[in-house]
Amino acid sequence: MPFSKKSKTAFTDPLMSNNPISLQVLGICSALAVTTKLDTAVVMSLAVIVVLSVSNTVISILRKMIPAKVRIIVQLSVIASMVIFTDIVLKAFFYDISKQLSVFVALIITNCIIMGRAEAFAMQNRPGRSLLDGLGNGLGYGLILIGVAFFRELLGFGTIYNRQVIPESFYQAGYENMGLMVLSPGAFIILGLIVWAQRIIGKVEEE
Amino acid sequence: MEHYISLITKAVFIENILLAYFLGMCSFLAISKKVDASIGLGFAVTFVLTITAPTNWFIYTFFIGKGALTWAGLPEIDLSFLRPIVFIAVIAAMVQLVEMIIDRFSPALYQNLGIFLPLIAVNCSILGGSLFLVEREYTLLESTVFGFGSGLGWFLAIIAMASIRYRLRYSNVPIKLRGIGITMLLTGLLSIAFMSFGGIQL
Repeated sequence: MPFSKKSKTAFTDPLMSNNPISLQVLGICSALAVTTKLDTAVVMSLAVIVVLSVSNTVISILRKMIPAKVRIIVQLSVIASMVIFTDIVLKAFFYDISKQLSVFVALIITNCIIMGRAEAFAMQNRPGRSLLDGLGNGLGYGLILIGVAFFRELLGFGTIYNRQVIPESFYQAGYENMGLMVLSPGAFIILGLIVWAQRIIGKVEEE
Repeated sequence: MEHYISLITKAVFIENILLAYFLGMCSFLAISKKVDASIGLGFAVTFVLTITAPTNWFIYTFFIGKGALTWAGLPEIDLSFLRPIVFIAVIAAMVQLVEMIIDRFSPALYQNLGIFLPLIAVNCSILGGSLFLVEREYTLLESTVFGFGSGLGWFLAIIAMASIRYRLRYSNVPIKLRGIGITMLLTGLLSIAFMSFGGIQL
């Protein structure tokens, strides 16, 4: 499928060079609590990708009809409806994981990325491009989430996607799982280190 | 009485809404650059959480919870799936109302607090507080106490962070780590400090 250059950057930019979490510092709220294990992180990322791309497209279709004064409320109701829909689908098909995610799916509503993209991108651009922007930002968000979850699960439980990867002989030699990673400080520290690494690789200058 | 004191201690220290549940991170990271702004936002969050928690409890118990409409003769209706959208609407309306009331009665307070109030409507900790109180099946009084405690915990965390960042200006942080990187690491350390309250039984 041929894409214009602008559409392509709308999709690829948020993946690395303008990642919503690590560079724009948006949407960390609901992100970290679900990263103790990979499976919850993957489901959460999928939920955010779906909500973000659909709400971006819908808002972009409606953009000429929304009065400027009440746009925040309109955006919020589009997003909230999508979130409720996602929540119900998760409850129907992934009941165990939706129990673990508990209130954090509903909290996608107040995730700054979604409001931010609606306000900054979907209100000015065509539906197709907004969809790509939503997908790109959702994937960028998912990348970081899964990255954090990967390290937390590996170091905290010695597993990857619930499969044991650290061999038994390590434990016999005195290796121990790092309890800190399972607790909340682990998420902050891993995210801080990921941001640091990304700035070194990405050559981003700030402050 | 004891029960409420232990609930408030739990909400402030052991299960701090910011450091244990990561709620309200966006404004935390953005605002904690300045100490006085942090104090303003902390007050606003505490205030709004304290009033939205009982309001949302009321709305949930009498309108959208399972069997909540029994008083209207509709005991089978369960609207609890509407929870997120109703809560966010209530929060937005409450914030607007509070803003208007403060503006009318205390212009001085409005000057200080006013700019933070719109920010709060989309602060995850407010919505999170309301969602938690439903999930944990708190009573009205418990919800109010929990809302206040969570707000206080958030307040404490942002002030601590703002003061640390103030000191940080004089230290030599690696260039690439400046800004959000070092703030995340510091939040991790702060969170470890708060974890030490864990396991205290009251």
